[in-house]
Amino acid sequence: MTTLLESYAKVAGEDVIDHLRQLSVPLKGMKVLHINSTRIGGGVAEILTKLVPLQQELGLDVKWEVILGRSDFYQCTKYFHNALQGSHVEIPQNLLKVYEQTNNDFADEFREMLEEADFVFIHDPQPAAVLKFCPNRKGRWIWRCHIDGSHPNRQVWKYLRDFVSEYDASIFSLAVFSQALSHPQYLIPPSIDPLSDKNKSISAKEVRAVFPDFDLDPDRPIILQVSRFDKFKDPIGVIQSYKLTKRFIPTLQLVLAGGEATDDPEGEAVLKEVRGAASGDPDIHVLLLPADAHTTINALQRASDIVLQKSIKEGFGLTVTEAMWKSKPVIGGNTGGIRLQVIDHHTGFLVNTPEGAALRIRYLLHHRNKLKEMGKKARDFVRENFLLTRQLREHLTLMVGLIHGAEDRIVLG
Amino acid sequence: MTDNNNSTNNNSAKPAPVPFAVKDCALAAVATGLRAQNLRELRDNLQRIHSGSIYYHFWGGLLRPRFDDPEFNNDFAGWARHGLHDTSLAERLSVIDPTDYTDLESLRQELLDVIEERLDESEWIPWARSDQQFHFIRSQIVVFDTHKRISSPHELAQAIPGMSVSSIYYHFIDARRRTEDSLDDFEAWLDGFGSSYSDLSKKLKTIDPYFISLSELRQQLITLFKNYFKNIKEEA
Repeated sequence: MTTLLESYAKVAGEDVIDHLRQLSVPLKGMKVLHINSTRIGGGVAEILTKLVPLQQELGLDVKWEVILGRSDFYQCTKYFHNALQGSHVEIPQNLLKVYEQTNNDFADEFREMLEEADFVFIHDPQPAAVLKFCPNRKGRWIWRCHIDGSHPNRQVWKYLRDFVSEYDASIFSLAVFSQALSHPQYLIPPSIDPLSDKNKSISAKEVRAVFPDFDLDPDRPIILQVSRFDKFKDPIGVIQSYKLTKRFIPTLQLVLAGGEATDDPEGEAVLKEVRGAASGDPDIHVLLLPADAHTTINALQRASDIVLQKSIKEGFGLTVTEAMWKSKPVIGGNTGGIRLQVIDHHTGFLVNTPEGAALRIRYLLHHRNKLKEMGKKARDFVRENFLLTRQLREHLTLMVGLIHGAEDRIVLG
Repeated sequence: MTDNNNSTNNNSAKPAPVPFAVKDCALAAVATGLRAQNLRELRDNLQRIHSGSIYYHFWGGLLRPRFDDPEFNNDFAGWARHGLHDTSLAERLSVIDPTDYTDLESLRQELLDVIEERLDESEWIPWARSDQQFHFIRSQIVVFDTHKRISSPHELAQAIPGMSVSSIYYHFIDARRRTEDSLDDFEAWLDGFGSSYSDLSKKLKTIDPYFISLSELRQQLITLFKNYFKNIKEEA
C-alpha cells in the first residue's frame, strides 16, 4: 500500500520527502497536539486533515482536538475574526465571558493531554485562551494565526494579546501580519495540498465536462476569476478589464466563479452589482458554486487560458497558488500575498487597474508561447515553495528550533 | 568556525582528508517586529538589528519562497527598487557581495555606508507606500547529519545529483560564512587533497550562485564535476 508520504513524493519530489524524514528524526515519539475549532470545512481544517497524518507517518505522536461551544461562543469568535481583519466591533462582556468559560471547559476536559504534550499548536483565536487554564503545562505552546491581522482592531487585539503573549512562539503567514510580541514569531506562508480535490490531477474528460455544464465554448479563450463576491476582490474591475479586451478579442469569455453569499449582506450587494455589470453579455458567466464544488473549480481553472485575481486587498490569495499549480499565468492585483506569488513578467503580471489587466490579457492571448512559458514557471514556483510539504518542513524546523531555544544556528547530531 | 567535520588544511603534502560528511539543513524565518517605511528608518534599524537578520536578507533568500530568476541578490536592493523606487540605490546595494566581508558586522557597516551616502545626496527622504514596508526578518537554521560519507572526489561527483537543494545550500552557500577563507565545503575538502584537484577547485570558483535557483546550482555542479572527470578519463 502506498503511504501518504510516498504519494506526496510523486508530486513534490523524493528528495523533499527524504528531507522531511531526516528532519523529523529528533522529534520522533514526541507528543504533538493540534487544536482548532472545526474538523470539517475551512482552510485550517483542510490543512490539518493532511498535516496530522503526515506528521504521524513521520513518527510523531500527533493528536487533533476541536474546541466546541454554544452559538454565543461562535458569535464571539466571529467578532474576533472580523476584528483581526480590521473591522470595528465592540464585543459585549457577556460574550467574552462565554469565550473564556468555553476555553476553560476545554482545558478541563483535555487537561492530561494538554499538560503532557511536548508541543501544542493552537490554531486561530477560538482556542487561544486554553493556555491560561493550563498552568501546569510542560511542553511548548505555539499560537498559529491564519488570519490577515495586518491592521487589527486594536481594542480586540489588546484583549487577545494577553493570552497570546504567554505562548512560547507564534506563527504568522506573512511578515506584514506579525505583531509586537516578545516571543519568536515564525513566518510560515500558507500552502496548497496537491492531492486534494481542488488541486489533484484530473482527466481531460473531467475538464471538458465544464464546457457544456456552464455553456462555455471550448474553442474560444476563457479568462477566470475564482473568489467570493467581495468588493476587495474587485469583480467589477475584472468585468471592466474583460470589456476593454473584448473590443480587441471579440471571442473572449469571462467566468466569475464564487460561493453563494446568503449569510453576507455585503456579498449579496456586490453580487447584485456584478450581475448588473454582466447583464446583456452572454459571454460573461457569473457562477454561484456550492462550498464543496472543489472538482468543478479544479476543472474550471484547468479549462481557462488565464486566471485573474484582481484584488485590491488580499491576505495571501490561495486561489492564485491553485491556478499557478495548474500551469496558468495569473494576472493579479499588486497587493498583499499576491506579490509573493505573481512574479511580474515571469509567473504572471501584477496590475493596478482594469486597464492594466486588459493590456496583459491581450498580450498573453496574442503570445501563446509566452503564456505557456509563464504557466510552466508558475507551476515550478509553486512546487518549490507553496506545497503542503514545505509547510510541514517549516513546522518541523520550528519544533526543532524551539527545543533548542532562540539560537540562530542549531547543529544536530 | 566550521560545524562541518570536513577537515582541511593547505599543505600540499598531507594525508588524505577525512571523508566528506554530507549534511543538510532547514531554515525557519522569524519576524523581528522591526519595519522601515523610509530610507532613514531602514538605516536606523540596520544599526541595531540582530546580525542574523542581515544574514537572512542576503543569504536566506535561497531557501525561502523566491523566484528562480531574482532581479536583485539581496532584499535591501530589492526594496530600494520596488519599495522606494530608488534605482540608483538599488544598483549600489546590489553589487555588495557578502563574501567580500569577513563577518556580518563589516557587511552591516558597508550597507550603512551605502545608505548614508544616498541619504546625504538626496534632497528628500525616499518613502515607500504604506503597504510596502521593509520587514526585518531573521532566520534560524537547523543543521543535521545525513550520515552519508564520501571518501573521494569521484564519489562526490556521483553523490551530488542525490543531494537535496538544502544540502547544496548548506555546503555551497552557507559554508562561505562558516569557513575562514569563505570557501564552499566542496572546495575546502578538495584542498585537503593537496594540489591533486586544484583545477577542479578553480572551476568551482567560477560558479556564481546568486542569480540561480538551488536546483540550477545543483545542476551546474553536476555538470562541472561530470565534465571534469570525463576529461581526466579521456586524458588518461
